[in-house]
Amino acid sequence: MPILLRGEWYDLRDLANPVRELIDGLGLVSEVDYVLWSLIASLAILTWLVLSVLAFIWIERRVVARMQNRKGPNRVGPAGLLQPVADALKLLLKEAITTRGADRLLFWLGPVIIFIPTIVVFAVVPFGESMVLADLNVGVLFMIAVAGIMTPAVFLAGWSSNNKYAMLAAMRTIAMLISYEIIQVLALLAAVIFIGSMNLQTIVSWQDEYNTWLIFIMPLALVAYLVAGAVEINRSPMDISEAESELAAGYHTEYGGIKFGFFYQAEYLAGFAIAASATTLFFGGWTLWGLEEWIPGWLIFLGKLYAVFFVYIWSRGTLPRLRIDQLMTFAWKFMLPLMILNVLLVAAEVVIWEETGASRNVALPAIGAVNAALAAVLVIGWARFLGHGSGRGRGYSATLTREVGKIYYTGAEAS
Amino acid sequence: MDSIELEHFLVVGALLFAVGLYMALAKKNFVGVLIGIELMFNAANLTFISFSRFVESAEPLSGHVFVVFVITVAAAEAAVALALAVLLYRLRDTIDVDRMDLLKW
Amino acid sequence: MEDTGTVVAFWIFAAITVGAAIGVAAVRNLIHSVALLIVTFAGLAGLYITLSADFIAVVQVLIYIGAIAILIIFAIVLTPRAGRHNQESFMLLPALALAALVAGTMIFVAFDTNWGAQRSEGFEGTATAIGDLLLDRYALPFEIASVLLLSAIVGAILLVRPEGPEEEAE
Repeated sequence: MPILLRGEWYDLRDLANPVRELIDGLGLVSEVDYVLWSLIASLAILTWLVLSVLAFIWIERRVVARMQNRKGPNRVGPAGLLQPVADALKLLLKEAITTRGADRLLFWLGPVIIFIPTIVVFAVVPFGESMVLADLNVGVLFMIAVAGIMTPAVFLAGWSSNNKYAMLAAMRTIAMLISYEIIQVLALLAAVIFIGSMNLQTIVSWQDEYNTWLIFIMPLALVAYLVAGAVEINRSPMDISEAESELAAGYHTEYGGIKFGFFYQAEYLAGFAIAASATTLFFGGWTLWGLEEWIPGWLIFLGKLYAVFFVYIWSRGTLPRLRIDQLMTFAWKFMLPLMILNVLLVAAEVVIWEETGASRNVALPAIGAVNAALAAVLVIGWARFLGHGSGRGRGYSATLTREVGKIYYTGAEAS
Repeated sequence: MDSIELEHFLVVGALLFAVGLYMALAKKNFVGVLIGIELMFNAANLTFISFSRFVESAEPLSGHVFVVFVITVAAAEAAVALALAVLLYRLRDTIDVDRMDLLKW
Repeated sequence: MEDTGTVVAFWIFAAITVGAAIGVAAVRNLIHSVALLIVTFAGLAGLYITLSADFIAVVQVLIYIGAIAILIIFAIVLTPRAGRHNQESFMLLPALALAALVAGTMIFVAFDTNWGAQRSEGFEGTATAIGDLLLDRYALPFEIASVLLLSAIVGAILLVRPEGPEEEAE
């Protein structure tokens, strides 16, 4: 029985067990013990991240190629498997160029700063029952706050390059990040209100205890969170900040060699971070309805995480890019009111559930059904109200787009 | 050195406040003045939090609540100050506070 | 607070915070100044964590680094032909003297005053308690703060709106 394994060093369902056994065996003072513990955990997370990025560079290129009826990389190694390694080597060996007139210190710091938030997020992500580096009480808020560091980092990178395209892209990115951060916060706020805790481990165990995932209870919040996440990691259809046809390559235009590699990798890492938080909050984290007793929890978690990340690859392969005004309109006029309504709705449901004292078998399906139905009605109704889908033909440019164009581009129209 | 007390935090807060005060008074650039004011806000916040942590009281978390309000007001102030800076720039083509001397003799 | 981790963390974060703050005032380039300001905010967040104020620490990162630093950056970017120089006006020496005086007074007061009974323990988790206080005892200030934010938004928009009747963009 797997129950007998609980806590032994060979119990690999929780990788913390062998590490704890190892460190306890060394018999050190508690401070060194603590440092060693966090060092091992961070190194493990970093190794996993680097390997995942290498794997997903290949997977993404192959998958997108399949979607576009191409072959994708297939020359280096079997089925092109060594392509990411070759790419990394190429980036490492390239000359590190600094633009004339660039702010040397900030130019050099840019790729480093942008790396920090993407890695630090994983400190609070629970990979398993005790596999969490820092079990913070304010974990959800921590994830949002750390992701917010990206905004100034992007500006410093774009500004220090001394390149107008980089600067333009940086300003676009900042505008996007700020707008969609609000939506992200509101989406997570609904989840936090419903569960009543900001601790990620508590959120996972709540979903385990109630035998449901938050995706079934609040699908709209998940969709909004994933859309906002796509903005944060510059994925199509939200990749306006690095639209190669208009902005060279975005705020990292002037970066070459391994510095560009840092940006490239930071984007993947941010993608994994979004996928990890979506998995934890909306897909039950490392639990799978009791199956985590038999399969290691971290494998379940990684499987879910990769599945969520695959959605981003999918959308990148299929959806066209939005214009910047469409993007801002979507955030401020479409998403924001819906998310505020969603928060109000969830808060009301929590109060009603508490007042009536209904059993969870009645309350949870009822709330889920109400939320799903209302989400559909709201999305369609609000889109109609804003002038979409009123049956005036495909080429019709939505009224809301032009109106926002007026606010954001007084004097000069965007396109 | 081997124990951290309330005074340590108060000294950090005092130094921060002094730097902020110096910037708010002496900087030429409007943005520099704004940064100085933000530093003073932060020094006050640090002092609030350290009193809240170290001094025994009936409701120790009131200091935290006050900091939440200070942060709110600081955000509002920063937004309005940004608008003022942009407006000044439009009117006078500069944001040097030295040049804002219309009311000076 | 006597355990080694907290003491080491305090000295590191205090050095970062004060050093970066002095750098903010000392560097000549305004953008560098803002970058150092972000470091100051981050160091302060670390200090809050040593004070077991987890909620405030995270809010500090979220609001100050994620929002206020960005607002300051916007203030710089939106005034393109204005000076990027972080120099002092003729008030340099008086301001320096006053700042030194204030710092000296505050440090003297900090060491001279008897602050009364000391709490030995930090807080467990502050988010829930702060939320309760905000919506219970401090409900009125909370509402006033939201009204203030709203008026600040409206005021900021009104201030930077272009003059004259709004032209129809096409």
